[in-house]
Amino acid sequence: MTPRSRLHVPAPPARPGQEPDFSYVQISPAGAVNRPDVTASVRDIENLALEMVRVLDDEHRAVGPWDPHLEASELQVALRHMLLTRLFDDRMQKIQRQGRISFYIKSTGEEAVAVAQGMALQPGDMLFPSYRQQGLHVVRGRNLVELMCQCLSNTHDMCKGRQMPIMYHWGSGNIFTISGNLATQFPQAVGWAMAAAIKGEDRIAASWIGEGASAEADFHYAMTFAAVYQAPVILNLVNNQWAISTFQGFAGGEHKTFAQRGPGYGIPGIRVDGNDFLAVYAVTQWAAQRARQSGGPTLIEHVTYRAAAHSTSDDPSRYRPKEEWRAWPLGDPVTRLKQHLIALGEWSEERHGRLEKELEAHVTACWKEAESYGTLTGGPSLDPLTMFEDVFKEMPPSLARQREELRALRSAAAAERRQPAPSVAKKG
Amino acid sequence: MARMNMVQALNSAMDVMLERDPRVVILGEDVGFFGGVFRVTDGLQRKYGEHRVLDTPIAEGGIIAAAIGMGVNGLKPVAEIQFADYIYPGFDQVVSELARLRYRSAGEFFAPVTIRTPCGGGIRGGQTHSQSPESIFTHVCGIKVVMPSNPYDAKGLLISSIEDEDPVVFFEPKRIYNGPFDGDPHKPAVPWSAHPRGEVPEGHYRVPIGRAALVREGKEVSVLTYGTMVHVAEAAVRLAGVDAEIVDVRSMAPLDVDTLCTSVCKTGRCVVVHEATRFSGYGAELVATVQEQCFWNLEAPVQRVTGWDTPYPHAFEWEYFPGPARIAAALKQVMEAA
Repeated sequence: MTPRSRLHVPAPPARPGQEPDFSYVQISPAGAVNRPDVTASVRDIENLALEMVRVLDDEHRAVGPWDPHLEASELQVALRHMLLTRLFDDRMQKIQRQGRISFYIKSTGEEAVAVAQGMALQPGDMLFPSYRQQGLHVVRGRNLVELMCQCLSNTHDMCKGRQMPIMYHWGSGNIFTISGNLATQFPQAVGWAMAAAIKGEDRIAASWIGEGASAEADFHYAMTFAAVYQAPVILNLVNNQWAISTFQGFAGGEHKTFAQRGPGYGIPGIRVDGNDFLAVYAVTQWAAQRARQSGGPTLIEHVTYRAAAHSTSDDPSRYRPKEEWRAWPLGDPVTRLKQHLIALGEWSEERHGRLEKELEAHVTACWKEAESYGTLTGGPSLDPLTMFEDVFKEMPPSLARQREELRALRSAAAAERRQPAPSVAKKG
Repeated sequence: MARMNMVQALNSAMDVMLERDPRVVILGEDVGFFGGVFRVTDGLQRKYGEHRVLDTPIAEGGIIAAAIGMGVNGLKPVAEIQFADYIYPGFDQVVSELARLRYRSAGEFFAPVTIRTPCGGGIRGGQTHSQSPESIFTHVCGIKVVMPSNPYDAKGLLISSIEDEDPVVFFEPKRIYNGPFDGDPHKPAVPWSAHPRGEVPEGHYRVPIGRAALVREGKEVSVLTYGTMVHVAEAAVRLAGVDAEIVDVRSMAPLDVDTLCTSVCKTGRCVVVHEATRFSGYGAELVATVQEQCFWNLEAPVQRVTGWDTPYPHAFEWEYFPGPARIAAALKQVMEAA
């Protein structure tokens, strides 16, 4: 037979109704991977891109050279942030199901990524998240009411009703505005970091992208510019295995790890257990120190699992086994940190239960306050005429005219509501 | 005052702004050590250093994205896209990001980026070095779009663009970089030194964005145009022997509706001229505006003279280019209409 070429069309190891199979995920034992000096050359540390940095072992102990040796009090704060992120997500999902907000995206199962990184970075560092890093806002002390008001598009909405739920921003908290067009923030973060270096600051930038969106050209732009100028930036690729129904194989994950792309550009690539708070914290600290001393960028691949649906508009039971998340070999980041604290003698099931109740009550109180500023169906509402603002710094005459057009239409409609036009007599 | 061609005037604008404002940075392909393929950034890296005039990788999407990040971090980046035809890889960054940051963050984040890019044909550039994609950008709310037609405006408008707190796409009609061009490729080149608008102040001055310019006063018909076509229209008016008023639109977004429509209401006749393709071109916006504002003053249907709706063909450049003969024919047609 004459040889002929055939396409390889990637397929995930298990579909609905089949047994979950994560044998493709290569996992290093906790503590097994070396921790090089932050000044190490890319060439000498390529193993970090293939192996997996892990600190928490199966007995919930912190082991090996990457243990960041955090105080128990810091770990308790971390647990609180992660738990609050999860409870906030759970509540917002329920609220969406009740029709009280239009849309929501949970970060369930990935809380360690945003929380550990948020904690390992400095408050002045600029964060360019994607849409599943709400934990960054939690770490930086954002009032949940503000996030909820954004989801409600109400009178206290930071976006003034212009963005779908979860597209937060926070100028004073140094968290950039989230875009619905994926991956665009990645090269922007590099530009921000270049400017920091041009100005001679010691602030660094960090950005997050999903493994799915790493197929976009923006990923390549970011890596190229970051490598060329050795920009002080941490580029995080959150490999949660699924981009809606597209499994990681369609982003090229079958043949190499995503972290291995780093050395291809001349950037250190570190593959980390994304559900291990301590490991994520440690690699972020390493990358931040390297960036701050002109060592340039680092690509971090966080190996994790999207335990929730992509969004409230998604139904994962149509494309992956329903209980797949239970089989995920790296476990649950919240449970793992909790067990570690318990093993240290610094936490208990009882304290955990109390904390859960406290945070639940906090989320409830926040929601109550948020709703008082207006909901989709009632209460105070934003003035639609504000839609013409902020297109430009100063409104051009053409927009001012359009605003007057809408104002007149609204006044006429209001007048008609007050004094209905006489109904036309029907024939016959 | 000095005599400058458009390349020198643009260079002078950036020189003045680099000197005045430490936030200004220049970035783009070949713009640094080499000084740009059209020499527009010549000498600037030598003068201001490689941290302020940066050579970049060959990645327009990356250039625009990096400029956005720099703008968010307090710099005023001037990004060069070597040819307007190369801007498309950066289109998502312009449309979804640059144009929308201020709006989507309710004013908290913005990036005051100027994108400079040479456009237009008549240089034997074929379909990938000749395009005039201005209408693709004027359709995007949140960015300003300008195109100068002479050295004086080029410098003043570029300074205004760099100083603007909103993003500006700055089109440079490259056929007139070195001299005004009347549409006849067989005539010897004319330098800017003989042209009144080739006289350019050496220091800082502004030409405001959002204002059109009256190039020639006339009573019988208004020609609305911009860029290279301003000079071609002047030749066409001489050829047709009509007393035409020529308005250089100059700022396509925001548009100076008053200046344009005052002229058309006065003359009662209008020809719209641009080099870009016709269908959904910027001329359609001008014609619609004239129709809304001047309908009862019009004596004849408004005519459009544009590039044909084909890609810019390398071998048939001058059949494609809307030269003086085609404009003159349109002028006669509007004059003859009832």
